[in-house]
Amino acid sequence: MLSTFVDELKGMFPGNQLLTSKAELIPYESDGLTAFKALPRAVVLPEHQSEVIDIVRLCHRYSVPFVPRGSGTSLSGGSLPNTDGIVIGLNRINRILELDAEQRIAVVESGVINKNVSDAAYPYGLYYAPDPSSQAVCTIGGNVAFNAGGAHCLKYGMTSNHVMGIKAVLPDGNVVELGGPSLENVGPDLVGLFVGSEGLFGIALEITLRLLPIPEAYRTVLAAYPSMELAGDAVAAIIASGLLPGAMEIMDNLTIQAVEESVNAGYPIDAGAVLIVELEGELSEVEEEFVNLQEIINKSGAYNVRSARNQLERDLIWKGRKGAFGALGKISPAYIVQDGVVPRNQLGAALAEIDSLSEKYGVRVANVFHAGDGNLHPNVLFDNREEGMLEKAEALAGEIVKMCVRRGGAITGEHGVGMEKRHFMTDMFSDQDINQMLKLTNELDPHGIANSGKMFPVDRMPGI
Amino acid sequence: MLQPKSVKEVQEAVNTASTAILIRGGGTKTALSSSSGTETVIDLSNLSGIVEYRPEEFTFTALAGTPLVNIIEMLAENGQWMPFDPPMAKIGSTIGGTLATGLSGPGRYRFGGARDFILGIKWVSGNGEMLSGGARVVKNVAGFDFPKLMIGSLGRFGIISEITLKVFPKMNSFGTVEWDCGCIYDAVAFVKEMTRTPIDLFALDLEPAGIVRARLGGLSTTLNNRLARLSDYRDGASIILGDEELNLWEQLKEFLWLPHDCSLIKVPITPDLIPQLDTCLADSQLHRRYSVGGNIAWIGWSGTIEDIDTLLSELGLGGLLLIGESGTPWLGTSSVITGFADKVKKALDTEGRFLPL
Repeated sequence: MLSTFVDELKGMFPGNQLLTSKAELIPYESDGLTAFKALPRAVVLPEHQSEVIDIVRLCHRYSVPFVPRGSGTSLSGGSLPNTDGIVIGLNRINRILELDAEQRIAVVESGVINKNVSDAAYPYGLYYAPDPSSQAVCTIGGNVAFNAGGAHCLKYGMTSNHVMGIKAVLPDGNVVELGGPSLENVGPDLVGLFVGSEGLFGIALEITLRLLPIPEAYRTVLAAYPSMELAGDAVAAIIASGLLPGAMEIMDNLTIQAVEESVNAGYPIDAGAVLIVELEGELSEVEEEFVNLQEIINKSGAYNVRSARNQLERDLIWKGRKGAFGALGKISPAYIVQDGVVPRNQLGAALAEIDSLSEKYGVRVANVFHAGDGNLHPNVLFDNREEGMLEKAEALAGEIVKMCVRRGGAITGEHGVGMEKRHFMTDMFSDQDINQMLKLTNELDPHGIANSGKMFPVDRMPGI
Repeated sequence: MLQPKSVKEVQEAVNTASTAILIRGGGTKTALSSSSGTETVIDLSNLSGIVEYRPEEFTFTALAGTPLVNIIEMLAENGQWMPFDPPMAKIGSTIGGTLATGLSGPGRYRFGGARDFILGIKWVSGNGEMLSGGARVVKNVAGFDFPKLMIGSLGRFGIISEITLKVFPKMNSFGTVEWDCGCIYDAVAFVKEMTRTPIDLFALDLEPAGIVRARLGGLSTTLNNRLARLSDYRDGASIILGDEELNLWEQLKEFLWLPHDCSLIKVPITPDLIPQLDTCLADSQLHRRYSVGGNIAWIGWSGTIEDIDTLLSELGLGGLLLIGESGTPWLGTSSVITGFADKVKKALDTEGRFLPL
């Protein structure tokens, strides 16, 4: 049956939009989580929304699994192929359909690159707020599927808080329009439900995004501390003061070293931790808040404080932070990045526990994270050429995830469950909760073909 | 009418209900909380209280029937608030009712609506199970976002029993600049200009025929300069401060402008569509306000529900009847339920224990 399906697909895409040879498929065998690999039967690269709809309908007719893929930057294995299915690559569905500056709306296709939305909005004094570290390459469709976050979630929220409408093709081939061009809605928040459904509800074709005015002023501060604990305390003090920074990020010494080696952002190489705080908004407000922020930081035990004096210096501070994951690749052949969240008053204790777990396993962990919202990113560093190390790293990463839940947090703050954290869903949700999610999946995707195998533990997935 | 005092009693009430379940909170949105006589009414006003409040985390968890005023007071003691400005607090609305109807006040403009502040929920499903979604931390993407789904769902998918919200530090001073633009066309054009200002507006409302009000909130030390700067955007600005300013927004949020014999309807809209809608409403001399930078129309309707339903359909708009006679709450285009919502309903309320969509 699969070969008939592929024949029919070939009939639909006789040219170079359909990839079937092993050499062509290999680039698609992994996403940002390179520890997981699987070769799909085919990759199809539609160029129009109607082609996406036709492919999904064909998959539904033949019950063939499909994995939607944007730029493949998922860190949770969210676009890992099924060996008995196809990958639908959406990068060519990449038109910005509308940019209504007066109503601050952009309507984009799912393959549009995140940063391109802000670039297109820039001449109108507007931007798209969610800024995942991969924003120069990741797509809005992928952001929607995984409810992507970024460094500036603290003040403005995640992808979900910036999506107003979605046109999507459901796994059964039906096309629906959810939400619309207004900031407000009546009826159940179906857009809210769709965002973050990890491709299990189908493929977003068009997305209506909310744009914001570009902040008039920024104040970006880099503070170096002798220890992670002091940096964590500084975050707690800033939050308690009533300030609402756009971003608060912490990096540990291992990460600082990697970053300095890789991008030379000027971070103090001997620091136990650096904290980045960014205030943004109206000039007079930001300047006043900056005075308060300096007072807090001066009392917080920072031994070296640097404030960006211009956009170039601001860019340099952020270059180090946004390049952190890439930089870790220079000091370790492989790593697993975890994404758990803890209540902010547990940050110090959680980091101490990660330290002792790292010692127990004899595996290095580099921490770089969104401190303002308690979203940890412990990077478990290992050498995948050494036998047994992947398993060891996975075991350590697993303990960290469970620790986050035990402390009243969550297993993933922004990367999604995907393949990688599906076994931890039962740590956070009851059997009944998971059954309810599965029941909804079954209703929307009776053949279980849309990004199947993701989000739920294997033993809970029918037919996997 | 059943008045459960615990989640267990809610579960029992669901399990023993013999007719479709209508859920009632503070009863302030009469069109949604009044029974036509055939439903099983579950009143949640006894399911009230704060479950957890961690000021240092800027989150709280409350039972669904907790009155908004109790929450607002508790947060204010710690210099915090819900910036989405939940409406109808003074007349007794509950947190559960506010979220189930998806209502936000003028402050929604700056930081988002109720949907943007919800973190987690517990709810009782159609088969009496206690389920949960989301988490109690400020950031989480694990599992489907059932908390957001419940926003505006009017209890059609289940009974929300417990809610976790994030909150923000409260701004410590406010001021408003008001202009009379003369007519709705000029006012809408001005609202669209103001939505792109780099000045951080907290609220931006429009009152026919041409009054535009922009509200600032923030540090008291910078407020006067910011108000002066804002005033320069257009001639004829007047600045409103102090109690007068607070009362102005309070009466908007509490719908004190709504005549007693009128129904209240919420209509999501975009600024471009306001002149067309307003022209239709102005002919009948109806009371109405446009809030959240021209994204919500609040209409005080004195005609029949059939007439407004038809009018909204003709304009391609949807609406929600909040105050008025009970019946079909969704009006205009929002009464056309997508296949997606139907499937969600089927999965979450398989036996149809709650009211239909």
